[in-house]
Amino acid sequence: MTMIFGVPMAVFMGQLTLGLVNGAFYALLSLGLAVIFGLLKIVNFAHGAQYMLGAFAALLGFRYLGINYWLALILVPLVIGGLGMLLERFLLRRIAHLDHLYGLLLTFGLALIFEGTLVNLFGVSGARYATPEILQGGLNLGFMFLPTYRAWVLVAALAMCLFTWFMIERTRLGAYLRAGTENSQLMQAFGVNVPLLITLTYGFGVGLAAFAGVLAAPLYPVSPTMGSSLLIVVFAVVVIGGMGSILGAILTGLGMGIIEGLTKVYYPEAANTVIFLVMILVLMLRPAGLFGKEA
Amino acid sequence: MTLIKKRLAASIAMAAATAVVATTAQAEISDDEVRIGYLADMSGTYRDLAGPGGLTALEMAVADFGGSVNGAPIVVFSADDRNSADVGANTVREWIDQRNVDMVAGLVASSVTIAVTKVLAENNRLGLVSGSAASSVTNEHCTPNHIHWVYDTYPLANGTAKAVVEQGGDTWFLLTADYAFGHALEADVTSVVEANGGEIVGGVRHPFPTSDFSSYILQAQGSGAKIVGLANAGADTVNAITTASQFGITQSGQQLAGLLIFLNDVHALGLEATQNLLLTTGWYWDMDEQSREWAQRYFDEVGRMPTMVQAGIYSSTMHYLKAVEAAGTDEAQAVREQMASEPINDFFARNGRIREDGRMVHDMYLAQVKTPEASTGEWDLYEILSTIPAEEAYRPLSESQCSLVQN
Repeated sequence: MTMIFGVPMAVFMGQLTLGLVNGAFYALLSLGLAVIFGLLKIVNFAHGAQYMLGAFAALLGFRYLGINYWLALILVPLVIGGLGMLLERFLLRRIAHLDHLYGLLLTFGLALIFEGTLVNLFGVSGARYATPEILQGGLNLGFMFLPTYRAWVLVAALAMCLFTWFMIERTRLGAYLRAGTENSQLMQAFGVNVPLLITLTYGFGVGLAAFAGVLAAPLYPVSPTMGSSLLIVVFAVVVIGGMGSILGAILTGLGMGIIEGLTKVYYPEAANTVIFLVMILVLMLRPAGLFGKEA
Repeated sequence: MTLIKKRLAASIAMAAATAVVATTAQAEISDDEVRIGYLADMSGTYRDLAGPGGLTALEMAVADFGGSVNGAPIVVFSADDRNSADVGANTVREWIDQRNVDMVAGLVASSVTIAVTKVLAENNRLGLVSGSAASSVTNEHCTPNHIHWVYDTYPLANGTAKAVVEQGGDTWFLLTADYAFGHALEADVTSVVEANGGEIVGGVRHPFPTSDFSSYILQAQGSGAKIVGLANAGADTVNAITTASQFGITQSGQQLAGLLIFLNDVHALGLEATQNLLLTTGWYWDMDEQSREWAQRYFDEVGRMPTMVQAGIYSSTMHYLKAVEAAGTDEAQAVREQMASEPINDFFARNGRIREDGRMVHDMYLAQVKTPEASTGEWDLYEILSTIPAEEAYRPLSESQCSLVQN
């Protein structure tokens, strides 16, 4: 059998594939953060909780309203995104003129409230969300058995990333957005409703987190703490990619997934820390991040 | 006898009588209250196996006992240790200094327990440990001031690993949580597997906690071992089992062996993912009439079936209160002596007794998770396969490193 650095080819390829799947998750979540930070300058510490709310909404929607997975994939981001817009309109907007730190504290507090409430209601063990029937089973790739659902996650997450990138970088609406954050007074003088744009953008970023949450629901136990453990990693990804860079967030997310996957084969003890090592390295060599513009 | 002498004699008699009264008062209950502090993880990873439900179990025991001992009311207070040894030890110090606590119950994360029991020993208070797993709690970390009630890593390895090897599962791949508890369990399992003629063919030490196990499961699949042993707990075990089922571990001929699994874990995972899993438990709600009856009362209060830890909290508190009543005091050493002098046979423990190292040994059970078809209800999850007798289940005193044991 062909060996790569002392590991059988098949195992190596398998880890690469799994790393890519995880990377797609990181990409999707860090993309939402990057959109919100890039356009609104809000460090959204509630992102993990909003991801968790997405998974919970899918679970509860199925349990009490009979909403199936596919419908949840569309409805949940809209509902949680809507909730996000309310937060922006009534809370975040009040502190928009203050230092970034206040937004960070406010969103962190909100995250704790969401998490704590759900812990009280549902406990921490979490619950299972059934994989939709059509995506059950697996694909034999020759070198590994890849569960169909993970393949679907990869495709869906990447499609969503591309869609977002296209919306922001290649459409008129995206151009308004970028211009509005660059110089909002000038844009308002042109008759563009900038506050509405900002509310919609925050809602969209939150919707992305909720979308990732629905995708994650059949993979991991749906529990109130599922977001907080992921959030720190995702923040590291955003920092490595460069705060606010859309493409940077996507590519870094995928790359970090792969690096983490390979660490799990060669030195599993470091799997949780490797991303932070990369972060330190990048901050030392390129403080603005791999894809960030030098300030 | 002169008047003066009479008076003197009378005052000496009075003084003696007062002294007698004073000594009996000392042997009675301090502050005229039995004060119990409940310390556990109320909000984190271990919340569901003990947490608020354990507090309810404790309060049930107090209520069933009548709310007072020899006329002294029983007072219960609680705190969240947040799985931090510092927070736990400081809380208990505060309880001792400001509230003069008599007994601390709950005690879940092993690291917290080891820190807290040292504080209890320094101040001569009693600790009843129900949630901790590490067998070191009554081995190298034993004190005269605590009793370990429900289970520990020794019977977990001894029960599950031994049964699995005997059934033909002689090659193992171990997924180990990379911290003290995981390492202890890994060592116990390795020695049991090898002692029974099996072999450990590989393993991974994964970070604690880990949410994505796909990579490790893939390595386990590649190892060709018959058994994938999970030397981890809580959310890690839940995640590992979920992922294993997605990757078709059992369909490809490998079997999972969970070494520390609680009822709430199986409930959260569902039977589809956990069916046929072997595990060792100290108690199960559907064991017999007595346990069903208590579990139903608990269920009516909490809305979930109790774990072995929650049942153990009730059992240990009840035994404690009876001992306080019989000893007529809440002084720690007298109560502990009284507790150790009575065998324990209640809805929770069979053939239970407290050894000099503080280990409460009792019958343990080898159980198997039911298939979805065999289960008749939401909480109908285990089938008890066999009983591991109390004297075989736990680490023999002859191997003990506890300073209280004469070897």
